[in-house]
Amino acid sequence: MTGATAATVVLNGLTLAALYFIVASGFSLIFGLMRTVNMAHGSLYLIGAYIGYAVFEPLYDRDLWYAWYVAILVGMAAAALFGILMQTALLGWMQGQELRQALVTIALSIIVADQLLARFGGTPRQFFAPDALFGSTSIPLIGNYPTFRLVQIGVALAVGIGLWLLLNRTRIGLMVRAGVDDRPMLAAMGVNVPLVAVAVFALGAALAGLGGVIGATAQPLAQGVDARFLLTALVVVIVGGMGSIAGTAIGALLVGLAEQIGQALFPTYSVILTFLIMVIVLALRPQGIMGRAR
Amino acid sequence: MFKGLITRRAAAALAVTASAAFVAPAFAQQGGVIRIGSIKTLEGPFATGGQDAVRALTMAFEEVNFTVAGKKIEWVRESSNAQADVALARARKLIEQDQVDIIIGPLSGAEGMALRDYSRTLTGNTIVNGQSAAADTTLRDVSPNFFRFNGDGMQWIAGLGTYAYKTMNARHVAMVGGDYAFPYAQVFGFMQEFCKLGGKVTKLWSPLGTTDFASTIASIPKNADAVLVIHGGTDALAFLTQYAQAGGQQPLIAGPVTVDQVVMSARGPHRRLLNNLISAGPIVDDSDDPTWKAFVDRYKKRFPDGFAAPSINAVHYYIAARAVLMALEQVKGDLSSNQQAFQAALAKLEVPTPMGGKVRLDDNRQAIASNFIRRVVDRNGQLFTTQVERFDNVTQTYGMPRAEFLALGSPSRDNPSCPPQ
Repeated sequence: MTGATAATVVLNGLTLAALYFIVASGFSLIFGLMRTVNMAHGSLYLIGAYIGYAVFEPLYDRDLWYAWYVAILVGMAAAALFGILMQTALLGWMQGQELRQALVTIALSIIVADQLLARFGGTPRQFFAPDALFGSTSIPLIGNYPTFRLVQIGVALAVGIGLWLLLNRTRIGLMVRAGVDDRPMLAAMGVNVPLVAVAVFALGAALAGLGGVIGATAQPLAQGVDARFLLTALVVVIVGGMGSIAGTAIGALLVGLAEQIGQALFPTYSVILTFLIMVIVLALRPQGIMGRAR
Repeated sequence: MFKGLITRRAAAALAVTASAAFVAPAFAQQGGVIRIGSIKTLEGPFATGGQDAVRALTMAFEEVNFTVAGKKIEWVRESSNAQADVALARARKLIEQDQVDIIIGPLSGAEGMALRDYSRTLTGNTIVNGQSAAADTTLRDVSPNFFRFNGDGMQWIAGLGTYAYKTMNARHVAMVGGDYAFPYAQVFGFMQEFCKLGGKVTKLWSPLGTTDFASTIASIPKNADAVLVIHGGTDALAFLTQYAQAGGQQPLIAGPVTVDQVVMSARGPHRRLLNNLISAGPIVDDSDDPTWKAFVDRYKKRFPDGFAAPSINAVHYYIAARAVLMALEQVKGDLSSNQQAFQAALAKLEVPTPMGGKVRLDDNRQAIASNFIRRVVDRNGQLFTTQVERFDNVTQTYGMPRAEFLALGSPSRDNPSCPPQ
């Protein structure tokens, strides 16, 4: 493998990791911080992508430049709305009952997938990125590289920094972190804990929706991607450590790089590599690389 | 008193159910019903193709008003997700629980191998392949109960190797394809022609269901004269989009399922690459043949929400259903003595295809069929394939004696091999 190819493969891994980070950060918020087992995270991805697409297509047909940006906002809003519904109607009153939450959310994900199949059919879809983001950009050492993949890195950085600031530098972040450690005490201080939970869930869902539109621009959107992204998010969060933004970033980097390097070096067995990483991390550091021991 | 009533009712209901359970199978065998099960992929990467297969079966059965030789057809639909174990489980369910007489399906390569093996354990049931096209299904370890009226992956690519070498003057082709039985067969067929002429092939496999091909694209040798795309469904869509995004400049040629209505109907940036693309395959969308035109008209009238033209999946499931119906008609719906008469009729059939040709079977119950070199054209924003060349009577062994062909070995990841130095 030449140096340029190797550099391209590493950059591919980084850009794929960026996409995984966007999706997994929402999962990490919900699962890691709030301890809500949300097996319907992939469905939130699908909802963001499909609803975003439903709004995107007519606008794109009329050649409006902002079609894709509207799709992002609508996709995030749709996923957030569905997340709020999930949390208030179902998950809120089974806080701490992991098995029940897992079963309810698995059921939800099946229902959502079938509803989307009935409404949108099985034809795969893809967003057209705005022309400014579509072509390729010249990068030293590598040559022409798809611009959109670089955009993914930008979005992931923005999400990561934004989340870190929100959790560590704001009053809301303080409440969220306090709620993780001691719910009753936080409630006793006069904070509306269920409302905080709904807000965090909405934020996590919106991030899944954002991942949905970005992901469906980079890769085809079709039935079954929900399960794939749920699995990836699970692996990323388990490897990185629950509830840690930095951990999620590290997990996403490991998984993204492993997938792309595996694909270039030994394509047939590349699938195993991801799980190998998970096995090693679980064996040596069960709480995840950046996870707190409990 | 009520209690007594309920008990009596329950007992009566139980008796009716029990007798029905005993009577039903016998009735299905001798009486007025023939049960046909179907397996196609309504889940997973080929879901859209599976949907089109359902349309084709619906058409075939509706044409005969769900009756054949005076018997009623009961159609039991099952779905799989392109995985062999799932297809096998669904086939078992169809045979054991639904007690179907005949299965039409499956759709994907490895599924076909699994059902071929399963069919060998059956007595009194027949599996007529839907469109799965792994070569070995009917080449090695064949089953007497498995019939295939479509060409295999090798037959579907006949002519492309020669076209790439002679017409496009390509000497080194980089192949990208899914890492499973059906692409192996296609690549084997392509290399049969291309390597014999002196061409060299670099192979880049990816697992089925890959969505990010960036590193595969980075691995394509810069000195390759063309890239041969053997992906299907969403894999093809992802590859073509990302190849366009990466600014890929090498000319593309493609296998039969890469250039299909499933991919051509999907919206997305990949369409720019498809225009004028050369590919091989068993159907041509934009054929002038009157039989084809009539078939397309019927398809579009019945399914306004279908594709612009029936997909490869629709055509093959339709041919399979027609074969079953023709054979049933010939034996007057007689499926007794382990379906011997029915299977004998199937083996001797000449089935007219929607493409205006005829397909017949060889000694292994494998189709001898036509194949085409096609070019993609854009008609008012809809993409279609037009005919460039036509080859008739393409056999599974590329015209070689079977023993000689078998000696070449099974198509696999590494067989055949003619890498550049």
